[in-house]
Amino acid sequence: MPQIVSANRLTDGIVVFLAASDAWVEGIAGARIFDDKASLEAGMATAGRASAENIVVDVAPVEVAQTPRGPEPKHIRDRIRAAGPTVRTDHGKQAAGL
Amino acid sequence: MALYKNGAFVDDRWRALPEGEAAPVSGHAIFPFDWWREERGAFDGSNVPLGVRVEPGADLAEIAADIKRFSVIALVFPKFGDGRAFSLARLLRERYGYEGELRAVGEVLSDQIQLMQRCGFDAFEVTDAITEKALREGRIPGVAHFYQPSERKEVPVGSRPWTRAPG
Amino acid sequence: MYRYDEFDAAFVADRVAQFSDQVRRRLAGELTEDQFRPHRLMNGVYLQLHAYMLRIAVPYGTLAPRQMRKLAFIAREFDKGYGHFTTRQNLQFNWPALKDVPAILGHLAEVEMHAIQTSGNCIRNVTADHFAGAAADEIEDPRPYAEILRQWSSIHPEFTFLPRKFKLALTGAPRDRAAIQTHDIGYHVTRNAKGETGFVVYAGGGQGRTPMVAHKIREFVPVEELVAYTQAIVRVYNLDGRRDNKYKARIKILVHEMGLEKFKAAVEAEFAAMKPDELKLPQAEVERIRAYFAPPKLPPKPARSEALEARKAADGKFASFVEHNVTAHKTAGHGVVTISLKAIGAIPGDATAEQMEAVADLAETYGHDEIRVSHEQNLVLPHVALDDLPTVYDALAKHGLATANIGLISDIICCPGLDYCALATARSIPVAQRISEHFGEGARAKEIGAMKIKISGCINACGHHHVGHIGILGLERKGVETYQVTLGGSGDETCSIGDITGPGFSEQDIVGAIDTIVDTYVANRRDVSEDFLTAYRRLGMAPFKKALYERDTGADI
Repeated sequence: MPQIVSANRLTDGIVVFLAASDAWVEGIAGARIFDDKASLEAGMATAGRASAENIVVDVAPVEVAQTPRGPEPKHIRDRIRAAGPTVRTDHGKQAAGL
Repeated sequence: MALYKNGAFVDDRWRALPEGEAAPVSGHAIFPFDWWREERGAFDGSNVPLGVRVEPGADLAEIAADIKRFSVIALVFPKFGDGRAFSLARLLRERYGYEGELRAVGEVLSDQIQLMQRCGFDAFEVTDAITEKALREGRIPGVAHFYQPSERKEVPVGSRPWTRAPG
Repeated sequence: MYRYDEFDAAFVADRVAQFSDQVRRRLAGELTEDQFRPHRLMNGVYLQLHAYMLRIAVPYGTLAPRQMRKLAFIAREFDKGYGHFTTRQNLQFNWPALKDVPAILGHLAEVEMHAIQTSGNCIRNVTADHFAGAAADEIEDPRPYAEILRQWSSIHPEFTFLPRKFKLALTGAPRDRAAIQTHDIGYHVTRNAKGETGFVVYAGGGQGRTPMVAHKIREFVPVEELVAYTQAIVRVYNLDGRRDNKYKARIKILVHEMGLEKFKAAVEAEFAAMKPDELKLPQAEVERIRAYFAPPKLPPKPARSEALEARKAADGKFASFVEHNVTAHKTAGHGVVTISLKAIGAIPGDATAEQMEAVADLAETYGHDEIRVSHEQNLVLPHVALDDLPTVYDALAKHGLATANIGLISDIICCPGLDYCALATARSIPVAQRISEHFGEGARAKEIGAMKIKISGCINACGHHHVGHIGILGLERKGVETYQVTLGGSGDETCSIGDITGPGFSEQDIVGAIDTIVDTYVANRRDVSEDFLTAYRRLGMAPFKKALYERDTGADI
């Protein structure tokens, strides 16, 4: 299953995703998709360096399905992380249209 | 590794004795707890300086009779989150009347040092580079108002019998 | 209420400076996340699902209006305009930035508040009966003792790295509203034969994955020995509590594995060996602290309020509010008003900045400057004249705070669950909302009567599901949320752990399952005076199990 790499930004804790440019973006749509083990390892290594440089914390891969709307996490926990609280749709990324 | 004592880094005259090794006649060896219990007979009547290393979980009662014999007791923090040595330190000072060097070894980090001092530690084996740097710069993070009596020289403040300020 | 003196203020200022320096060092890369985590936790900063979370201590649930206003200010300035009152009588903000936390702590310090020890493996915020100092059934206000324990446990050098978190709770009334038997140590104020005040001490209670009701370990600890005896318990725990498995590290496991008698003996031996006098509480000092908690001077009033009775006769909703949300006060002509943070369909425990300010206004004008937070996630105005209730009610109604459901089925305790919490395995809030909407606050809810539903989104049991009359535990099974149900739990003086009904229910079916349980109770109770818990204790699980699992199987045909 394809995966993306996620973390929280150190300064404000906001959920971020590793993008193709190796930058961290807030919207899951911009996440770089890793289709195989080798590329995911490289992505995790990049993320690990960002963690060591105190840019992000709690780096973890996230299993996703590719949909026309972009990557969609397989697990409900990751879907809520990527969107915001289901009980407060006025907050989180869902509120910003991310 | 560097030994911090009385506000400065000092030369460490002590050596951690490996299990099974005979102690040097001149002393200045810190015995592992179990090794000391086997070897203690060899030091009857001797007054060379001796030390013992106490892992958390050890029963201090087993060395109660020897405690005044030690010049150094090293209490181990296997991880900084393992706080048993804080209680062992207080027991050594309060209950066993130990007055020698009480040395914190293992994962000793700057943010724990004030807590250790208040529990009776007066020497710190520092391996963490950032902690060493902070200590060399005279920075021990902490507070200057306390809600408990401690093993350190502190002065009572106000009417509450449990409040203290640095002495 | 307690007011800081210069020493207390300086202590909090020290602590703000210390934590600000830790944040600075973390942001500068001088501390790794592993090194920083215990420091941020010890200051109530978690990293949750969407962002950091800051948990602010409300010691024994007592708040002054200026403190509540400050919380509203922080909600607006540094968060998203709301906060969440928790089952430890604290307040959580869901969206603060780490870099802003030092500034937030500075604002809190201005009103004698902090986030010290609201997390971490240390002695946590001390909780107490939310009706303390007001309830008609009280022996003595437990808060002076809670305050002494709060002070003594603040940055305790010996007890800051315990095997696991450690929770203290006190109650001063025969009716236990503080759930003391689910705590690591619970203190029940009592009087001995000579009329002296002291405490029945319980230890080893807790919820989580291995729920246990605390054991009574001492019939009487005199006031002067309160701190010393507590130190003896915590020292035994610090030295002997398990550290090899965090799920077995609470004191309840130590008590269980050692055996009660051996544990008691270890505590007594430690207590006997302690340096005499050092931690003894001098009576004069206890009295000095007690004076801070002196009840407000309430003007004498007749027990019956004509203004209240007139409004009740004219307004059924108001009458219902008085019936459910107002509790007897020590002083005639007054009441203890519980403000529901459980409006039908709302998120339990959440309050907006505007609501916080409205409550602060009412406390100032009608409530002698006191607000309480209950572990049931409601707010309390402990001292309100019955004559003022109509006005107070109208003001609450304007802010969506007048729901008349305290103690009823929609007054649900609920943790944040998977909508916010990094540890959660399932959502809990949507389940609470749907149950609340299903039963509402009308005739059916009243027909059901006293009912405590408690919902946790994971095994850690922050939503106290083990002691809910009906408990709901959200789990994940093969990627899908599923809800296990327990019946017959109780957190009061008759403390018991609920029994699991059987297989769990899907998100779709859980509300129907609760409906079935409620119907079974109503059909089987002796009469309306037999509440759910009493009926369950008489009936046992069988009729509920049958109704839940056999209804569609054709087994009866």
